[in-house]
Amino acid sequence: MTALVIAEHDNASIKGATFNTVTAALQCGGDVHVLVAGSNAGAAAAAAAQIAGVSKVLHADSDALAHGLAENMTAQIVAVAASYSHLVFPATAGGKNVAPRVAAKLDVGQVSDVTKVESADTFERPIYAGNAMATVQSLDAIKVITVRTTGFDPAAATGGSAVIEVLGAVAASAQVTYMGSEIAKNDRPELTAAKVIVAGGRALGSAEKFNDVLTPLADKLGAAIGASRAAVDAGYAANDLQVGQTGKIVAPQLYIAAGISGAIQHLAGMKDSKVIVAINKDPEAPIFSVADYGLEADLFIAVPELLAAL
Amino acid sequence: MKVLVSVKRVVDYNVKVRVKSDGTGVDVANVKMSMNPFDEIAVEEAVRLKEKGVVTEIIAVSCGVTQCQETLRTAMAIGADRAILVETAVELQPLAVAKLLKALIDKEQPGMVILGKQAIDDDCNQTGQMLAALADLPQGTFASKVEIVDGKALITREVDGGSETVSLTLPAVITTDLRLNEPRYVTLPNIMKAKKKPMETLTPEALGVDVTPRIKTLKVVEPAKRSAGIKVPDVATLVAKLKTEAKVI
Repeated sequence: MTALVIAEHDNASIKGATFNTVTAALQCGGDVHVLVAGSNAGAAAAAAAQIAGVSKVLHADSDALAHGLAENMTAQIVAVAASYSHLVFPATAGGKNVAPRVAAKLDVGQVSDVTKVESADTFERPIYAGNAMATVQSLDAIKVITVRTTGFDPAAATGGSAVIEVLGAVAASAQVTYMGSEIAKNDRPELTAAKVIVAGGRALGSAEKFNDVLTPLADKLGAAIGASRAAVDAGYAANDLQVGQTGKIVAPQLYIAAGISGAIQHLAGMKDSKVIVAINKDPEAPIFSVADYGLEADLFIAVPELLAAL
Repeated sequence: MKVLVSVKRVVDYNVKVRVKSDGTGVDVANVKMSMNPFDEIAVEEAVRLKEKGVVTEIIAVSCGVTQCQETLRTAMAIGADRAILVETAVELQPLAVAKLLKALIDKEQPGMVILGKQAIDDDCNQTGQMLAALADLPQGTFASKVEIVDGKALITREVDGGSETVSLTLPAVITTDLRLNEPRYVTLPNIMKAKKKPMETLTPEALGVDVTPRIKTLKVVEPAKRSAGIKVPDVATLVAKLKTEAKVI
């Protein structure tokens, strides 16, 4: 029994979500291999070989794999799938895009967003935006799963010494062409990997105030900035800052929610945070029901005060 | 160009679901059912493409119980031209739905299939990608912008940290993200008109598709509750608690 983890990487290094995914794969009970499919991704493959618990790294290199296009990634994964009992993806935008395509090509079902591995074929996953937890058993020979990274601790980045096997790369699909991307550049930690998150809601009132009020606090704490769906829909924050069932699922050490009422869909994205602080004017706001420390106050006064007190 | 849009009947997003006390699932008896919000965005996008003259016919498809007819009527009230119900009482999982839709692609030969990226009941986020795989078509998932340029679909996709653009040959499978559009409100005249639009009913057997579930639900439970903490009177107390009690700053 061997699980293959499909690594998320930027060709030079392995991205954080991969380490949590390796932990989930190890819990499936067998050996763990990692596939690094990319373009000039030798450094990423070498880094993957250092991850504790990984016994082999498969390295596929080609222009066709440069941007992680689902069509090409799927062909690469399906080519080696027969040797594996589990294909394990992080439940990131990339993993969610590719995994079901692989599952269908193999004619197997997929278990999405696994939060706990009960046994080699049985997994726990949230349904209804986290309002219920289902335990499901995969009846297929190959288990294709995506892993919610907040449910698993990251595997150690060093300590392993896996062999690296180079794979022949598949041909590029003629049906799809990568045109470009716009990735927001900032020096902040990535939302899903941040130790501290400062998040704002609709109460901020405008994009300017959202930035003016939250950015200094986030800078001071070395925090990532998050937003509720209401704030994103109102145009105060970019979509990729959205925390919630339809956005990012986060679990930082400290989550500060300013002016967020705490809709179910938002709570589904952050309730696993270690310590939650809620700042809200409305004493009845549902966010207070999950907050460790609730401060009933106007955020426009309280946040600058907090900044000054740190 | 013909477009196929799939719509799922789900528990309305405003309903707080309750887990059944015997742990077999979620209680959906007597709760309000609606069209999956992401599917509403899919129908809206198809209608907008028709209004632009890119699309000539919109076929709405739903797979499931008889009551999915209501969901299909809603899709036709938004602007779909006709509807197909693949009727079955069997619990349908994403792979089975993808196979049913693949059979309909073979039958209808659409230039595009648009689906919601995820249903808000099982939260799987699989069907579109699976359909693309089975039909051997390119996929543009989590789309925030769809343009048809020179016979190709130019799709802007939401990815971690920003967005990316891919160009797909047609036919293609597209799944919708939240920001693609804001669905219109259906008007009474359009609801009346939708009642007269044609609806065809098929079965998985007639389409030659095996819909046997591949994943077995063993139990469903309430999520672990997070207990409320304390209210602090002022910022100074908050900072003190964070430093000495929680030790997170």
